[in-house]
Amino acid sequence: MKSVITIAKRELTGYFASPVAFVFIVIFLMLSGFFSFMVSGFFERGQASLESFFAWHPWLYLFLVPAVGMRMWSEERRLGTLELLLTMPVTPWQAILGKFIAAWAVVALALGLTFPMWLTVNYLGNPDHGVILAGYLGSFLMGGAYLAITAMTSAMTRNQVVAFIVSVVLSLFLILAGYPPVTNMLVHWASPSLVDGIAAFSVMTHFESIQKGVLDSRDILYFLSVIVFSLFTTGVIVRTHRAG
Amino acid sequence: MIQVRNLKKTFGPKVAVSGVSFKVEKGEVLGFLGPNGAGKSTTMRMITGFIPPTDGEAIIGGFNIVEHPIEAKRLMGYLPENAPSYADMTVLGFLSFTAELRGLSGAAQKKAVERVVEMCFLENVLHQSVETLSKGYRHRTCFAQSIIHDPEVLILDEPTDGLDPNQKHEVRTLIRKMGETKAIIFSTHILEEVEAVCSRAIIIDRGSIVANGTPAELKRRSAQAGAITLRLGSGSAKAVAAKLDALSGVEHTMILSETPLAVRAFPRKQTASDDLARAISEIAMKEQWSILELHTEEGRLDEVFRTITLPDTKVSGKETK
Ligand SMILES: Nc1ncnc2c1ncn2[C@@H]1O[C@H](COP(=O)(O)OP(=O)(O)O)[C@@H](O)[C@H]1O
Ligand SMILES: [Mg+2]
Repeated sequence: MKSVITIAKRELTGYFASPVAFVFIVIFLMLSGFFSFMVSGFFERGQASLESFFAWHPWLYLFLVPAVGMRMWSEERRLGTLELLLTMPVTPWQAILGKFIAAWAVVALALGLTFPMWLTVNYLGNPDHGVILAGYLGSFLMGGAYLAITAMTSAMTRNQVVAFIVSVVLSLFLILAGYPPVTNMLVHWASPSLVDGIAAFSVMTHFESIQKGVLDSRDILYFLSVIVFSLFTTGVIVRTHRAG
Repeated sequence: MIQVRNLKKTFGPKVAVSGVSFKVEKGEVLGFLGPNGAGKSTTMRMITGFIPPTDGEAIIGGFNIVEHPIEAKRLMGYLPENAPSYADMTVLGFLSFTAELRGLSGAAQKKAVERVVEMCFLENVLHQSVETLSKGYRHRTCFAQSIIHDPEVLILDEPTDGLDPNQKHEVRTLIRKMGETKAIIFSTHILEEVEAVCSRAIIIDRGSIVANGTPAELKRRSAQAGAITLRLGSGSAKAVAAKLDALSGVEHTMILSETPLAVRAFPRKQTASDDLARAISEIAMKEQWSILELHTEEGRLDEVFRTITLPDTKVSGKETK
């Protein structure tokens, strides 16, 4: 556990030594503000809820989270430090966890800095704090899921751009599988049960249900399984594909 | 301390290392020689646990690197080829990080960092970020990382690569000194380095060990080892060579140059070179040659290296009978 913390600390210094964390946080804050106020008409809706704010998160994360995570393993490969890291007395799992936790902390920090939104709705009316808290939890878990996918693609290549593109595509697939415009179209081609089955794999389905304030263990389990599965695959890739 | 048994690595159809075995004890510095692509780095990567061997095993201080990687890695320091380090960290940050991963904390960590900073002359760049360092400093930073926990086993892949002559000298001195108490393997393609630092050397070519011995033993395998070189102030080289050829102990002679006169005589048996030297000095006295130099060739490592790593184009037949 100590090594996990040591590695996470190093990663965090890395994020803040380069502009990565700063740029991610600022852009996330700006875009989430822009979309909820300008595009969704946050004030015009006259509701004391953060629904319009959270609704944009799957799409914002789609590009921003891979941008944060793409360096996770690619950079180690490119610099050759992977050889250093894996010949230290640490297990690949400790390294994978340490890196993942650090990147997730950056996402959490960005999310935490949106607290003025919460203050605003408080000012506007009497929001359901449970629902908002659930929204934050869902968003945090979803960010973690995207990030784990990015960790996986980042482990495959020394090229950060490739890692970025592949994770955007994979994440996009996870969104679209349960995105209403797509599912509505799919119903014409496949049986409704198949469409539902596919949608069950989508982050949209689970994120929306958490956002409604219903903390269903299946939704939480979904995100955790995406994270565990992706990190497990990361481990397999790191172990089998070390040199080169 | 280090025991390597029949280590093998294939990348797809390509055999990078084919069955390498050797042992290194504490107090030994083993030089790993070989042309580029011979498999030196691949062997080291298997010993340090970066890549798993296709076959065979490496045992570090009793721990098999595949079965007990953590215990084995604790005993080892490793400087990978090209000395990688985290570009975005400062030298101090990087060394503290590696010390922490090695389980050092608090005062012990501070002391360890101070020790290697002094040993590797890094005081001036302590707070500079690694990416802004010159190659020599970057190399020494990574080298410092490898000895931060004062390991019993040290694996160095081309530790003097990219250093200037002064830095090379410092690093060699350091390796030799540490070799008194540690088991060290280092790879190089600089032959003089092997003579300066190693207690033993292995020559590896196309994935296999082709020679293993002390630098002196290896040099003796050279064609000119044991030959007597004679340099005279005056006289005719041809006549001198003819005189030497007439000696019973001489196999053949070779004229190195006419003016200044230099002739080399090869003994029939390498072990008989002292007798030959005696015989030559007797003739010289009798003939009243003015001797500028008379010495026994130790043999040259680069010649040995060339002959055994390129068996198809063996250099021979230059000598004149
Ligand atoms: N990851 C890899 N994939 C494929 N071939 C490799 C890989 N690493 C090394 N090789 C090959 O193995 C051989 C030995 O390489 P290496 O151990 O780096 O040699 P050296 O360090 O002695 O110069 C080379 O022919 C090299 O091309
Ligand atoms: Mg090499």
